[in-house]
Amino acid sequence: MREFLFWVFSVIAVGSAVLCISRRSPVASALWLVGTLFSLAGLFVIFDAQFIAVMQVLVYAGAIMVLFLFVIMLLNLGRDSVTDIRGWPGRLVALVFGLGLIVELFGLTHALPDQAHVLPPGAVAQMAQAQGVVAVIAQPMFHDYLVPFEITSVLLLAAVVGAVVLAKRRL
Amino acid sequence: MLLGPALGVSAVLFALGVAGVLLRRNVIIVFICVELMLNAVNLTFVALAQELGPNGQVIVFFVMAVAAAEAAVGLAIILAIFRHKQTVDLQDINLLRG
Repeated sequence: MREFLFWVFSVIAVGSAVLCISRRSPVASALWLVGTLFSLAGLFVIFDAQFIAVMQVLVYAGAIMVLFLFVIMLLNLGRDSVTDIRGWPGRLVALVFGLGLIVELFGLTHALPDQAHVLPPGAVAQMAQAQGVVAVIAQPMFHDYLVPFEITSVLLLAAVVGAVVLAKRRL
Repeated sequence: MLLGPALGVSAVLFALGVAGVLLRRNVIIVFICVELMLNAVNLTFVALAQELGPNGQVIVFFVMAVAAAEAAVGLAIILAIFRHKQTVDLQDINLLRG
């Protein structure tokens, strides 16, 4: 069952991604990206990362995609205009680079992690059951990764200030 | 079990994102393709986190925060450029050309 759901979500994710990069209208592209993001959230649940899946739907499919659609609306790009897909030289470059990357990365799928570090199957799910789904992530985040966490808050502040400065007509 | 297939799916998604960046001239769609690449990497982290412990999920959290910051600043830059040039076509945006 788990395997079947994995393949269903994978096919939806890849199919939506293909449609996302091939649709002419930016609105259609953004909406197909939402399809990819939702099916990725499903894959996250399959891999015992329920909290990350919820964050994926809230932050990515919610906040970031609304930002994209809002900018598309603001720039009035909704209607189909002339195609923006590059001509044959560009398509060839995209195809060569894409296929080359797939071949390279597929080589890496066989380089599985060292058996000495691998946890027994279901270990993360058991940890989540014992400590709670959020605590499994919060524990390392506020101990081992406390400094990166604080730096992230500074980064978000800088992004907020930068976005306001850039988007404002006159300071 | 499903680790190998998950890494394969994420490889395909990442390659599609790269192909999209090279294929399109609309800045917003290029930006959407960058988000696609970030998500492909997130899938790798989550799949490996199941084998190697939940630290990978913490990294995904940070990637999401960086992606949110990047989207806010990037879209503000697109707005500023659009106000200046009245276009989102990468071919017409050559402000830094000497």
